[in-house]
Amino acid sequence: MSKPKIATASLAGCFGCHMSILDIDERILKLIELVDFDKSPIDDIKEFTGRCAVGLIEGGCANEENVRVLQDFRKHCDILISVGDCAIMGGIPAMRNNIPLKECLDEAYLNGPTVHNPENITPNDKEIPLCLDRVYPCHEVVKIDYHLPGCPPSADTIWQALVALLTNKPLELPYELIKYD
Amino acid sequence: MSEHITFTIDGVEIKGKAGQTILQAADQAGIYIPRLCYLSELIPHGSCRVCTVIVNGKPQAACTQPITEGMTVENDTPELKEHRRNIIDMLFVEGNHYCMFCEKSGNCELQAMAYRLGIPAPKYPYLFPEKDIDATHPDIFIDRNRCILCGRCVEASRDIDHKGVFEFVGRGINKKVAVNAEANLKDSNFKVADKAADVCPVGSIIKKRVGFAVPVGQRKYDSKPIGSEIENKK
Repeated sequence: MSKPKIATASLAGCFGCHMSILDIDERILKLIELVDFDKSPIDDIKEFTGRCAVGLIEGGCANEENVRVLQDFRKHCDILISVGDCAIMGGIPAMRNNIPLKECLDEAYLNGPTVHNPENITPNDKEIPLCLDRVYPCHEVVKIDYHLPGCPPSADTIWQALVALLTNKPLELPYELIKYD
Repeated sequence: MSEHITFTIDGVEIKGKAGQTILQAADQAGIYIPRLCYLSELIPHGSCRVCTVIVNGKPQAACTQPITEGMTVENDTPELKEHRRNIIDMLFVEGNHYCMFCEKSGNCELQAMAYRLGIPAPKYPYLFPEKDIDATHPDIFIDRNRCILCGRCVEASRDIDHKGVFEFVGRGINKKVAVNAEANLKDSNFKVADKAADVCPVGSIIKKRVGFAVPVGQRKYDSKPIGSEIENKK
């Protein structure tokens, strides 16, 4: 029987949660016995090769590409997990939610104290995904099955959650593993 | 009226003294009733409703309700837990709580209550309200993004410091803690040694130049849930 597949993605996040996945250290060898990695920055597979048992999403939705990737994950994964505070509440990127988008872009590209932009251009190439009006947590865009809080969640949290799901046990995190920071 | 009053919490017989509230008697008996706005040094006012219990079939705030002979109190029930989770969820989405860079993280009562109730994520949509920060005072700053309107600072300043630096203004979602000054906190007579500077359950009133003094893993609620100090009395 083929092994179940795991996919991971980083949306508007800092890749800290992926670092935390790698932080499971030598247990990653055991994980490889349990699963195959599909679309993920860990193996650099860009497109889904088939149906996945578990999808891990890091980061919230800040632009249209984030939304597309997230919807694609929902389509391909049986279980979708929000990993970390950015995926759960928007995190640091959501600090722009109280500032109008135009003001954010103007500060970044025109008015910021360290900006050098003699042409006074805000990047608008069609290759660049359009920013959303605000940063959305993943569960406000698609259905999310589980949340692993933390910034980032500890390797133990991720490990415990994955092992529970892959061995058909209930995902119950003990007190020490629920942390928002 | 007899000096001692006997009643039950979740079927366990408790002996309290006349004049005590349910919360006080429960604390003494080593039974933890979750609470946020309550602080033993202040006059309880039942505003957060986290300590709501069912008394003889009716919901009551345990911090304000006096005990009576033979009353039955329900505290640790799935319904009340759900009710408490809802309150905590709402407090999270109605503020801007960024735990990852908050100096109070690990010592925050709102966060600790969410941990205790096992909340991995709020179920309501985030409102991302616009709130302001007052960093004008040389020793203390107020971050209203984190304020849960518990009123502890208002009471402590009024009743213990006898200064009345803080007061609520506005209603509903626009309610906020205002300072009794021309413009900002620096214009008030608030001092870092005031009781009101110590009572905030979240990271809304923070002392400057303290920062992240206690390392992760050793903070108040890192390994033991909020309320375990009361439960350990049993």
